[in-house]
Amino acid sequence: MANPVLSVSALGKRFGDKVAVDGVSFEVQPNEIVGLLGPNGAGKTTIINMILGVLEPTAGAVAIEGRDVASERAQALACTNFTAVYAPLPGNLTVYQNLRFFALIYNVKDTAARIDELLDQFELAAFRNVKCGLLSSGEQARAALAKAMLNRPHLLLLDEPTASLDPSKAREIRAQIRELARRHGVGVLWTSHNMTEVQEVCDRVLFLSRGAILLEGDPRTLPREHGKSSLEDLFVSVAREPLTLEAG
Amino acid sequence: MRWHPILAIVLRQFYLMRGSPARLFPLVIWVAVDILLWGFITKYLGTVAAPGFNFVSTLLGAVLLWDFFGRVMLGITTAFFEDVWSRNFLNIFATPLRTSEYVAGLVLTSILTSSLALVVMIALATAVFGLSIFAYGVMLAPFLLVLFLSGIALGIFSAAVVLRLGPAAEWLIWPIPALLSPFVGVFYPLSTLPAWMHVIAYALAPSYVFEGMRAIIAGATFPATHLLWSACLAALYILLAAGFFARVYRYAVRTGLLARYSAETVS
Repeated sequence: MANPVLSVSALGKRFGDKVAVDGVSFEVQPNEIVGLLGPNGAGKTTIINMILGVLEPTAGAVAIEGRDVASERAQALACTNFTAVYAPLPGNLTVYQNLRFFALIYNVKDTAARIDELLDQFELAAFRNVKCGLLSSGEQARAALAKAMLNRPHLLLLDEPTASLDPSKAREIRAQIRELARRHGVGVLWTSHNMTEVQEVCDRVLFLSRGAILLEGDPRTLPREHGKSSLEDLFVSVAREPLTLEAG
Repeated sequence: MRWHPILAIVLRQFYLMRGSPARLFPLVIWVAVDILLWGFITKYLGTVAAPGFNFVSTLLGAVLLWDFFGRVMLGITTAFFEDVWSRNFLNIFATPLRTSEYVAGLVLTSILTSSLALVVMIALATAVFGLSIFAYGVMLAPFLLVLFLSGIALGIFSAAVVLRLGPAAEWLIWPIPALLSPFVGVFYPLSTLPAWMHVIAYALAPSYVFEGMRAIIAGATFPATHLLWSACLAALYILLAAGFFARVYRYAVRTGLLARYSAETVS
C-alpha cells in the first residue's frame, strides 16, 4: 500500500467539558475517496477544521503526505485544498479575482492558463467577471470547487460539495471528482448527507457518532453487514441509536 | 516569509478598491475634507491673531501629520475588516498562508493607501493654503517614519482586538485615533497637559513628533535623541502588537474561534 496522503492519529478535541472528537484515527490513501458520515454534531466539521489547521487538536496528530500539520503547517497545506458550504468565496470579488487571489497564495504556476482551464471545467467562463455574491448557490459551489482544484491538491477535503447543485450538475461534479481521484492519485475526504451519492462516490465510509468512529467499511456492503437494507437506514440507526448499534 | 502570499493580500485590496469607488473615496475624501476645513480655520486665525505666528505650518501641518498616522492605522484595519465582513477567515487561514505573511500583506496595503492619502494632503495643503512641507526640513522624513511605525503598531493591535472580541468590536477601533489625540498634543505643547497626562503622552511615540514639529517651526532645535527614542518606542510597539496578534491567533485556533468566526460577538 502506498503512503497515505492523510493520516489522522488518535485525534481528539474538547471544548471545556464537551468532547467533540474522541480518539479518531484513520487514513486516506492516494486514489481513494473516503466518506465521513454522521448526524449533525457528530464531529465531521471539527475533524475537517483540525486537518486544515484552523483548529488545534486537544490530542493526537494530523499528517498530510507525512508532514505534521501542527509543526509543518504551510508545507502540509500547500498540497491540500477544500471546499465547504459554510465557507463560500468572498462575494465582493469576481470569480476570476477570487481564483487569482488564491492562486497567488498557493503559488500556482502559469496562473492564467490554470484559471482558464478551471473556468472551462466547471462551466464558469460566462461568470468570469461576475462577483461571487451575485452567483446562484449552485454557481457559487462550482466556483468554490474550482478554487479547491487550483493547486492540483493531493488531498481534497469536500464538505457537502454538491449540497447546492441540481442533480445534473451534482452528477457531473461527482464524475469529475472520481476522475480526479482515479487518474491523478488524489485522496479525497468527502462529507455528505446524501447516502445515494456516498454509495456512488466513496470507496470507504467512516460513520461518526458523538465524536468517535462507530463503523467503517465499504458503503455498498456495510448496510447488509449490520442488518440494514440501505446506507440511509444505517445512517438513521447511527443517528438515533448509536449505542445499540455499537453493541450489535 | 514569501512574497507571493503577501502580494495576494495586496492584490485582493486592489481588486476591491478598483471595483468599488465607495472604498476608494475614504482614502482621500476624509483627509481632503480635513485639510480644507483646517486650512480655512488657519487662514481665519491668521487674520485675527498677532502677526508672526505661522498657523499654516503649525496647525495645518499638524493635521496633515496626524491624518497620515490615522490613515496608516486604518489602512491595516480596513484591509483586515474586509476579511471579517466577507467571513473569509476559514478560506484564508486554511491555506499555506502564514500569519506573518498575512500581517505583512496588511502592512504593505497600508503603505500604499496611506502614501496615496499623504500625496493628496500635501498637494491640497500646498496648492490651496501655501503649506511648505519643506518647512520641517530634513526632520520631515523621520517624523513621517515615526508616525508610520506608530500607525502600523496600532493597526496590528486593533486587528488583534477585533479577532479576539468578534466583529462587533470594530466599533471600538474607529475612535482610537481620536482618543489618543489629546494625549499626543497634536495642536498644543505637551506642557499644556496636566501632570497625569504627561505620563501617557511621553509613552506615545507620535507625541515626540508633534513636539519636534512645533520646535522646528519656532526656530528652536529638537534633540535628535528624542526622535531616536520615539522611533525606538514605535518599533517596540510594533513588536508588542505583532506578538499580541500572534497570541490572539493561537488562542483563536485553540478555542475554535477562527473556524466559527462569524458570530456577532465572541466571549
